[in-house]
Amino acid sequence: MKVSRCKGTRDLLPQDMAKFRCIEAEFRDCCLGWGYQEIRTPVLEYLHLFTSAGTLSPDMLGRVYSFLDWDGWSGERVALRPDGTIPTARLYVENFQNLPIARFFYVENMFAFEDTGKESRERWQCGAELIGGSKAEGDVELISLALEAIGKMGLGPVELRLAHAGLIKTMLEGLGLSGENEADVLDQVFSGNLSALSDLKSGNTELVKNLQFLFGLKGTSPGFVKNLRGVLRSALPARDASLNELARISNLLTSLGFDYQIDFTSGRGFEYYTGVIFSFYCSGRRLGGGGRYDELIPLVGGKDICASGFALYIDELMGLMGEVSQRERILIRAKDDKGLKPSLGLARQLREVGYIAEFDLGYKKTADFRWIINVRSKEEIELLDQSSGKKRRKSSFADLLKLLEEARCR
Amino acid sequence: MQVKLALPKGQLQDETAELLKEVGFTIRGYSEGSRSYRPQCSGAFGIFLKVFHEKDIAIQVAIGNYDLGICRLDWVEELLSKYHSEAVIKVRDLGYGRRNIYAVAARSSGCSSLEALKDHDGSLRIVSEYPNLAEVFALKQRLRRFQIFPVWGSAGVYPPENAELAIVAESSSKKLRDQGLVPLSTLLESSACLIANRDSLERKNLSRLLASLSTGEAPKYYVKDSSLANASLESRYTATDRPLISVALPDGHQQHPTVVFLDRAGLRVEGYNVGKATSRPRIELDGVAVKVVRPQDMPLHVANGNFDLAITGRDWLRDHLYRFPSSPVDEVLNLGFGRVKIVAVVSRDLNASNTDDLRKMRRDSAFRVASEYVNIADRYAHDNHLAPYKLIPTWGASEAFLPEDADVLIENTETGSTIAKHNLKVIDTLFESSACLIGNAKAIKWPEKKDRIAYLVETMRRGVEASCAC
Repeated sequence: MKVSRCKGTRDLLPQDMAKFRCIEAEFRDCCLGWGYQEIRTPVLEYLHLFTSAGTLSPDMLGRVYSFLDWDGWSGERVALRPDGTIPTARLYVENFQNLPIARFFYVENMFAFEDTGKESRERWQCGAELIGGSKAEGDVELISLALEAIGKMGLGPVELRLAHAGLIKTMLEGLGLSGENEADVLDQVFSGNLSALSDLKSGNTELVKNLQFLFGLKGTSPGFVKNLRGVLRSALPARDASLNELARISNLLTSLGFDYQIDFTSGRGFEYYTGVIFSFYCSGRRLGGGGRYDELIPLVGGKDICASGFALYIDELMGLMGEVSQRERILIRAKDDKGLKPSLGLARQLREVGYIAEFDLGYKKTADFRWIINVRSKEEIELLDQSSGKKRRKSSFADLLKLLEEARCR
Repeated sequence: MQVKLALPKGQLQDETAELLKEVGFTIRGYSEGSRSYRPQCSGAFGIFLKVFHEKDIAIQVAIGNYDLGICRLDWVEELLSKYHSEAVIKVRDLGYGRRNIYAVAARSSGCSSLEALKDHDGSLRIVSEYPNLAEVFALKQRLRRFQIFPVWGSAGVYPPENAELAIVAESSSKKLRDQGLVPLSTLLESSACLIANRDSLERKNLSRLLASLSTGEAPKYYVKDSSLANASLESRYTATDRPLISVALPDGHQQHPTVVFLDRAGLRVEGYNVGKATSRPRIELDGVAVKVVRPQDMPLHVANGNFDLAITGRDWLRDHLYRFPSSPVDEVLNLGFGRVKIVAVVSRDLNASNTDDLRKMRRDSAFRVASEYVNIADRYAHDNHLAPYKLIPTWGASEAFLPEDADVLIENTETGSTIAKHNLKVIDTLFESSACLIGNAKAIKWPEKKDRIAYLVETMRRGVEASCAC
């Protein structure tokens, strides 16, 4: 009986893993360069870590893989990590509470149930979290880091879109909708249906108009934030700092020469965040995003400290990435037992200088290899260049390596 | 093509039989007291009927074993709230068997609103026969930390000592108040409904049954005079300066032999007589409180310290320990009565006389192993390499599953006569079980409790010896 893989999972084949490792390597290099330290949290966490954080919506929590462990008679459920940020906050509280600033990054898999089974229920993410430090500068640091990492992956032009969760929340409060109603309206707005707002039977028509204004326009400069302030002044409480924060980030990004779009419909999943939200797009696909979540660390039992972070979706990045060039592969054949020992020595030397050296254990298909080396003895080595069909005989390893290097340089 | 309809046993049975009669079906073997699982529908060819526990009906229709089913909406929602599926279509509210699903607290806890519960320090314990609805409720209410204890019944007995909240089914909030409970929220309004499998609706001709059951006036509301036996169940704990020893006694089949045994041991428990049992009977020992709950639920609650001692079956203890090997529940005393064998059962028509034969059978699909003892069944299938296999948890009337809806049943039997009566045969005996006293390993050693626990155990030991002498 053929046993297939679980519904909603995927295998990463060699060509997928080549892309995966390439993405991971670029991301790690960038993060390490910016002073971020790598962490890895366990796949299993207590479910109450995610319920107590209060940041995941009931719908998201309803899709968490959770179960009773072998010692779970107390009813305490464990969950397969559905999110990278909340476990990072837990890790910080458990180990680094005294650090005024902590910079972490991770490459981890997340799990969430998906009804159709057509999309993967296991998703890989690379994420970075900045705990502590000043707010706007921290957000801009994370945006710069993400753009640098995506840039190095060579995927094409990346669009940056900004929104502000605090501003959306403040405006929506005025409508006085129930939780489910609010989520429904927002779902429609985020899907591009602005008429959902005009269909609202809210007595506050001024507020509905302001919301349509907020979600209907897309700005690209600090001037747009000033305009927003002018229009929304009457709709916001005097102490509301959302627009000031957005203005500061907008100014910083402009001065650093980044292009961006302030688009409040890009704020999907805003429930998680308290401040600015940023998303990265390429060829119409959302590659990842993040934002400020200042309430999270206290919610998981830590001190009152601000925090912000982002995650990039590796599956999306892999989908946009072209074929990854592999190191050159060389096939080594020992002609007989006499050639076995020298061929082993030759293979070791080739690996040391960066080639992939494979022994011929009965390959039928040799087209994958540019070079084939036949070894009779230490002094009798034959090199076949499959790209030109030329055969060369060499009498020492040193001569052979020199020839390969010359070909590589050409 | 045969149309398969799953009918409920238990509370809905009378009204469902009445409804079927009213719409023109003459059904034999479905009246109250009938022990048949396959009633016959005379005059309507091509209709296959089977009787299940209500909770099983939603599952059977969802997986496509039955085209149509009648059960209460709460069991449908219990299934769908966890296992998002479009396979079940709610065709029609049949109007009878109305009840609501409530979130309740004990009146004596002083809690009168959900908001007050949300301020509760630590983890909220929620007990329910509807663990999936309970979880959705907890998530929607954004409870920050909660534990859900699934139980087979008597959920309302657990608050306030053993749970802060219970999710229970009841026909009115007044009845809850009569039981010393306060309704905090109504999760669902439920009644009997006709459900259908989507695929069957799309592909099969179900029109005869659908036309009869889902058109015209809603059937009349059959009101049952269900005067509550336990009308007033106020907490009757005596105040004591020492921590109470809490003891759980079984209801159901195990109740009668337990009454006889306690009597023989010289332990008088007022209000535990068969037929008149309250859920909190009174034992004549100071500092000992008793609750009556389902024996299936006891090991889990003893593990959690909700009860120090409980009288249950070795079968349920083993089922619990297979699932939670490091659970702090121990067998304290084998009480000896209520002897049953836990056996593997197949249809008499199946060409297998032991588990080896079963394993060697060539199969195109997975073995369907049905049982109330999910963990024992899992261990049996696993240890005997019945690969691949599927577990089908059942909630009673398990014999009905063979042969159409399961291949193997793990069941208890005293004499084997019920098994034989349903055209089934035993192919393996897993172990023998009898009633036993179980205890929480920590509580038994706790200085504040250990003397009184030791006294109770010793008294019961004498009861066992007296039984042997008889």
